[in-house]
Amino acid sequence: MIELPALGWQSIVIFVVFALSLLIATYCTYAERVIAAFLQDRVGPDRAGPYGLLQPLADAVKMFTKEEFFPGGANKALFIFGPCLAMITALMSSAVIPFGNNVSFGNNAFFLQGIEVNVGMLWVFGVVSLGVYGVMIGGWASNNKFSLLGAVRAASQNISYELAMGMALIAVLMMSGTLSLREITLQQSVAGEWHFWNIVKQPLGFIIFCVCAFAETNRTPFDLPECETELVGGYHTEYSSMKLGLYLFAEYINIFVASAVMSVLYFGGFNFPFQYELRDWLVSNHGWELASAQNLITVLGTVGLFAKIFGFIFFFMWVRWTLPRFRYDQLMRLGWTILIPLAVLNILITGGLILFGVIQ
Amino acid sequence: MSPLFLFLAFVALLSALGVVFAKNPVHSVLFLILTFFALSGHYLLLNAQFLAAVNIIVYAGAIMVLFLFVIMFLNLNVDTEPHKPALAKIAAAVAGGSLLLILVAALKDVRPTGAALDASFDSQIGMVDRLGLVLYQQYLLPFELASVLFLVAMVGAVMLGKREAGERNF
Repeated sequence: MIELPALGWQSIVIFVVFALSLLIATYCTYAERVIAAFLQDRVGPDRAGPYGLLQPLADAVKMFTKEEFFPGGANKALFIFGPCLAMITALMSSAVIPFGNNVSFGNNAFFLQGIEVNVGMLWVFGVVSLGVYGVMIGGWASNNKFSLLGAVRAASQNISYELAMGMALIAVLMMSGTLSLREITLQQSVAGEWHFWNIVKQPLGFIIFCVCAFAETNRTPFDLPECETELVGGYHTEYSSMKLGLYLFAEYINIFVASAVMSVLYFGGFNFPFQYELRDWLVSNHGWELASAQNLITVLGTVGLFAKIFGFIFFFMWVRWTLPRFRYDQLMRLGWTILIPLAVLNILITGGLILFGVIQ
Repeated sequence: MSPLFLFLAFVALLSALGVVFAKNPVHSVLFLILTFFALSGHYLLLNAQFLAAVNIIVYAGAIMVLFLFVIMFLNLNVDTEPHKPALAKIAAAVAGGSLLLILVAALKDVRPTGAALDASFDSQIGMVDRLGLVLYQQYLLPFELASVLFLVAMVGAVMLGKREAGERNF
């Protein structure tokens, strides 16, 4: 059983992760505008506060003070429940992501992770598969046929890409032999051995996973759920005020979580190159204690993980302002006739390589 | 009985009743999803984490989405609901009553024993690796046959999605 001190520590970690998710998602909206401005050779937001840093606050005030509109004949309870559900499912999956190795104070070791479950990968996948409800309920409750069609469009996209995503995960699972995200991270770096991150062993799997992550988070080039220029706005056509804000905000939290999952599964998580060499060097040449050197490595690893996450978030935005959006039939064809066969092929190749002992 | 179990049982029963009594079919589907969550909570209490996660992924995440799809498009409500003939009502009552009878007959002699709490209880019993060993050692042939079935279904879906020669509308 979990003892109470550990439980107290876990609730602190979960609270910090929760706050961080919200903060990062808030500043993602700012980063999106700055990066868009940079890529389009514009100035971008620079009015609110120094360098426009208070822009997200100004946006929030704007969202909160706008008129709250309920369409006629809408199912009011579900109309409110939709955006809430989108936020809940976006925030849930970060609980199992290992944000760092253990830190030790005296005899107590603490993990920088909300909850360590041995089915962490399934948890993430399960929460992702629930994300579609927020969209569908919101679209249906609006009592608008365009909202309903938009919701179905978004839901079929999410379901289609979940399949290929799950099969890309299976290949990682075959190599790691565990579903725990912490174990998968630790396996990507072993002291005293020449060890590679999973991206080297699973390049095809990573590409499939990355494309599916773009589709699951409704980002360009797969942002058909909300392509207001060609089709009608989509599932949130009838939404206004902060309820619309929550839908848009959930997208940024999803980007953060997807970036974190990609960093953990394929880019070594909180590992960074030569970490054990650095630890041993500190211990032998500078007389550090092993525990404090390990704590320093953990902190550096957490910083490194966030650097990887921010790199991926930048990649998401870079792609958004570079690529045009797919047509809906192209999107479906890519998902069903290219990504799924590729994912099956990836599983076969991985199985073959494991069988002949090339990778483990 | 722990308070957590009582809470989950309460949620499960209440939302299961909600499925039956909700006037709006979409509400019924949502109550059913809530029931699955409560059941997953029970699996967690029984130390079956894998089963809990898979229950959510398969039932709440995949099957219920399809239910929701269909029900949303059927646009069922009181006005469009077809009038059920008396024969169907009688048949439903008989079928439901027989099911209740069987359940009562099966459960009336059950006594809670608490056998799972003695020293021989294996806390690892519901874990993934244990399940994998059983599936791949005792049930290898049925498991592989089922996986071939799934592969065939997947290939079929991809084949249906493939564009046939000459079929180009854009």
